[in-house]
Amino acid sequence: MTASVPIEHGLALAAILFALGLIGLLVRRNIVYSLLSIEVMLNAAGLAFVVAGARWGQSDGQIMFLIIVTMAAAEVAVGLALVLRFSRLFKTLDGDAASRMRG
Amino acid sequence: MNAIFYITAAVAVVSTGLAITRANAIHSLLWLVTSLLAVSVIFFVLGAPFVAALEVIIYAGAIMVLFVFVIMMLNLGPDAAEQEREWLSARAWTGPGILALILLAEMVYILKGNVSTLEGARMISPKELSLALYGPYILVVELASLLLLAGLVGAYHLGRRDPASAKELKS
Repeated sequence: MTASVPIEHGLALAAILFALGLIGLLVRRNIVYSLLSIEVMLNAAGLAFVVAGARWGQSDGQIMFLIIVTMAAAEVAVGLALVLRFSRLFKTLDGDAASRMRG
Repeated sequence: MNAIFYITAAVAVVSTGLAITRANAIHSLLWLVTSLLAVSVIFFVLGAPFVAALEVIIYAGAIMVLFVFVIMMLNLGPDAAEQEREWLSARAWTGPGILALILLAEMVYILKGNVSTLEGARMISPKELSLALYGPYILVVELASLLLLAGLVGAYHLGRRDPASAKELKS
């Protein structure tokens, strides 16, 4: 992306953060942690966009980041409302408690 | 300036790794806020100051505060006060504090120097960004507003109490 730091390093950082979020999503069973891990992954995707935008010196990557931030805000609002409802219904935060569908 | 990128990247990876492995949700949030601040510093040195500010205000500010609210609401048990006391212990915030201090030192270093971006990176000013956003990308603004409205309605609908459970709470 620049003369001093190659674009590969920025993208590698984004990939590492995304992988950490994915690991958190797969390993943790608490649904609050699942939401947190999704936030980490969205943030890593945004980082990749901004790094790529900086490579070409254009503002398009940052506009994609704005979209991702908006989506993350909407997603977290709905997700946390679901968490509240979930905990009221099942009296727990274990995601496996809701593994069965009715019907 | 090169070293700043790599130090910040290390801070981001370490704090994210700790955030997804802590048992206490509030500790995780502290680490995650540190991680988001580190990513914000990376945005800044990449020449994206507006996005860096948004990352701090929206991600580390608004979204994390939502998480804290929900976690506090879910923890209203008899042992909530005990938990409260435990969260205030130094062990909980020393680690994130040290990493945040590293980020603060980097920020002071950047602000004192003449160059604020990596060598070769072009600083994209908020003006340029907003001209693009309200010019060729105007549809993005409309879609974002629709998305936020949908999120608002969805959160309100899901978050309201059922009449049955509300009665249960009152009795």
